[in-house]
Amino acid sequence: MSVLRPLDRLPGLNTATILLVGTEDALLQQLADSMLKEDCTSELKVHLARSLPLPCSVNRPRIDLIVFVVNLHSKHSLQSVEESLCHLDAAFFLGKVAFLATGAGRDSHCSIHRNTVVKLAHTYRSPLLFCDLEIEDFRAAMAQRLVRLLQICAGHVPGVSALNLLSLLRGSENPSLEDL
Amino acid sequence: MDETLAEFFRRTILKIPMTEMMTILKTWNFLSENQLQTVNFRQRKESIVQDLVLLLINIEYHATLRLNDAAHLDIIYTQFHRHQKIWDVFQMSKRPGDNIDLFDMEEFKSSFKKILQRALKNVTVSFRDAEENSVWIRIAWGTQYKKPNQYKPAYVVYYSQTPYAFTSSSQLKSNLPLLGQALTVASKHHQIVKMDLRSRYLDSLKAIVFKQYNQSFETHNSTTSLQERSFGLDINMDSRIIHENKVEKERVQRVTQEIFGDYPQPRLEFAQYKLETKFKSDLNRGILAEREEPLRCLVKFSSPHLLEALKSLAPAGIADAPLSPLLTCIPNKGRNYFKIRDK
Repeated sequence: MSVLRPLDRLPGLNTATILLVGTEDALLQQLADSMLKEDCTSELKVHLARSLPLPCSVNRPRIDLIVFVVNLHSKHSLQSVEESLCHLDAAFFLGKVAFLATGAGRDSHCSIHRNTVVKLAHTYRSPLLFCDLEIEDFRAAMAQRLVRLLQICAGHVPGVSALNLLSLLRGSENPSLEDL
Repeated sequence: MDETLAEFFRRTILKIPMTEMMTILKTWNFLSENQLQTVNFRQRKESIVQDLVLLLINIEYHATLRLNDAAHLDIIYTQFHRHQKIWDVFQMSKRPGDNIDLFDMEEFKSSFKKILQRALKNVTVSFRDAEENSVWIRIAWGTQYKKPNQYKPAYVVYYSQTPYAFTSSSQLKSNLPLLGQALTVASKHHQIVKMDLRSRYLDSLKAIVFKQYNQSFETHNSTTSLQERSFGLDINMDSRIIHENKVEKERVQRVTQEIFGDYPQPRLEFAQYKLETKFKSDLNRGILAEREEPLRCLVKFSSPHLLEALKSLAPAGIADAPLSPLLTCIPNKGRNYFKIRDK
């Protein structure tokens, strides 16, 4: 019950649900607001959580995409994400998980090295996105991207599935990382 | 008029920003309305200052202008700009069994002045009474052979019905024991001790020391505002956004409110922790863990408003609630300098 599984619920009609996991509530809230401002043919639902496991809830819809938000300024956020990853079923990592690192713009405030999150994303075979969520324009662009990602993961885009997307994204990664 | 006195007036008036000039001059109450009206306040600041100093020089024929009046003006300026100085807090204590004497302000002032003048021939002491039975004391230090330096005075704010005094950190630290002694004897106490509390914000120090910061009055208004607050939150939240960890969030809010209360926190800019503890590590025992002597390290937290920042750490998700008691005990214990040793 404490492990989140991708296919344990039936999908809702034309509904796509994203789960944002991160310790800093204000950032998640802002990102959620930006995502909901986007025009989208599917009905969007955003769930915000500080960490996994989620409290038991029968009413929760099927979660199509999980984005782990790590703030490079705070070791606490990275630690919390690492602990949350244990509570996910392995099937989620077939394209339904993404990592988002924020705060890379202010290098002097960063206490986590870029490579740490790069390695984390590589270990879990999931895409890593960088975005400074505090800057409105960057956040809006990232929100747009995440909505597209969410639609694909929910199966609302014909011809592309989450697993397809994952292999497409991975192809453009730095080949030297693949050797690790 | 003495050249140095005129110069001291000029420099003191020059410090005053134009927006406060009239207020401060009126508070000083040395120049009457008519005299102030003779000065054209629409010129450039240097010209205004020049005119004022000339006015003061002319006045001297009718009344003796003393250093004390200039010192008064300096005190008033400092009272308006108390944030420019860093204030230390001293606590005095009586011997157990001492009689509780009635406090006489004039007796205190003359006693204080006499003690300083007996020790240092050259010292300028000026007083100005303020609210809540307090007195602002300005001291310009000299030595046996040098005249007092009027440009580096020390200020003491003493609350007469309490054992507390606040002093501005003066550059001339060697006079501090004498100052402490004068305060103690003049106020009929036995001992004086410097508290580990320091800040720019005199009013916050006062609130912490007199425990006035946690007065939140339970009124009808406060309960309705709480409802409005949570109501406003619901309106802003889109119904498509669902917070999974609502229970946890409420717990954090509750714990934060229990520790910090609903009231605005007193304002401090930093907290400093001097650690002299042995190194502790969960990982493999490395070189540091094998050291016998304690490690010395200094941790300093600074912020424009430290206590509000600490209060918002847990709700923002940057730290776990409850916070370490070392951080939350600052207003209760009345200190922001700590020395931590292994027990």
